[in-house]
Amino acid sequence: MGTSFLRQMRDGIVTNNPVFVQFLGMCSVLAVTTSVTNAIGMGLSVTAVLICSNLFISLLRNAIPKQVRIASYIIVISGFVTAVELIIKAFLPDLDKSLGLFIPLIVVNCIILARAEAFASKNKPLPSVIDGLASGIGYTVSVVVLAFVRELLGTGIVFAAADGTGGLRILGDWYSPATIFIMPAGAFLTLGFLCAAFNKARSAAAASAEKKAEAAKKTAAPETAEVAE
Amino acid sequence: MSNIFLLMLSAILTENFIFLKFYGICPFLGVSEKPDTALGMGMAVTFVMTVSSAVTYAIYDLFLLPFGLEYLTTIAFILVIATLVQFIEMFLRKFIPALYSALGIYLPLITTNCAVLGAALLNVNEGYTFIESLVFGFSAALGFTLAIVLFAGVRERLKFANPPKAFAGMPIILITAGLLAMAFSGFSGISFS
Repeated sequence: MGTSFLRQMRDGIVTNNPVFVQFLGMCSVLAVTTSVTNAIGMGLSVTAVLICSNLFISLLRNAIPKQVRIASYIIVISGFVTAVELIIKAFLPDLDKSLGLFIPLIVVNCIILARAEAFASKNKPLPSVIDGLASGIGYTVSVVVLAFVRELLGTGIVFAAADGTGGLRILGDWYSPATIFIMPAGAFLTLGFLCAAFNKARSAAAASAEKKAEAAKKTAAPETAEVAE
Repeated sequence: MSNIFLLMLSAILTENFIFLKFYGICPFLGVSEKPDTALGMGMAVTFVMTVSSAVTYAIYDLFLLPFGLEYLTTIAFILVIATLVQFIEMFLRKFIPALYSALGIYLPLITTNCAVLGAALLNVNEGYTFIESLVFGFSAALGFTLAIVLFAGVRERLKFANPPKAFAGMPIILITAGLLAMAFSGFSGISFS
């Protein structure tokens, strides 16, 4: 149980990261990352919807006929999205204003449909919830990292509130903000560079793992040779 | 009349769905390998978005608003769009086979294109009239088509480029899209008021 939990988490956050590896749900990723606050809000909303829809679809997996499954998933998902939308409207009006249409558009976010189709429809409720949590965290971490870079370079401040006030000034007055980073073009550019960095890190990790395996084989080889003799 | 024209121009250029508003990025990145498939996708989206703008407007005005069911907007719209896409697919296959063979394979993908749902929700949020909704849906989709075809043209060249290893594949594509977006943000300097 413990190891499979860790494996699922690693799968959702690193190996199959929904943003940097699978490129799912790009619309919201690019749109909400103008500030860290927005990104956290969006990440938590997506995670909540993912967990709920995965749980529900997993519970219903034997009741939903194959032919109409996508439509059924969309109804389940849009129900939870509406709930999240209403909650945010009621309690976090500023966040609602700055995320705008991207809250209702979680309905057509491919990550959620992909997890429903690929995982929840074939697995028991508990692993499905963990899968939703892992993918949700993977998404949240990715958007927060992207937003951190964009907000920092674009304004010199991070964690500004959803209405644009406050925040933590990291780069001092000497820094003249590069506004391009919080403009739409900056979203594409920053994501491109971050993806490249992610690729680089992954191939470096793979290479070092290979080297380690090779070294292990070398030290292990004489022993096995002796055993063979 | 001039209002309608301004709405059209701003939906295509200054508020381009792809480069400035980020609606419909998935098909934009997924179906932009060749200009002609990009054009096919663009035309299919244009068709669906125009029809769905009209239909969702009618649903909202005739059912949701009179019965105080605005909170069901998202659910109702996505269901309407999903069924509509199915109907369009069947209709085209039966009556206009030529158009079906051109657009058919793109149609199922459009259900989860957030540009379509986005346009429908924007129509409601902005309080557009029926004609305005229709025009907005149509021209926003034209903006989508413009973006995806332009980008496919660039991407075709990109195949022969030789970027650093870490940038190969998606990263260089995203950066190229960023450069195009920069060009498009030039339009936002134009004001129509």
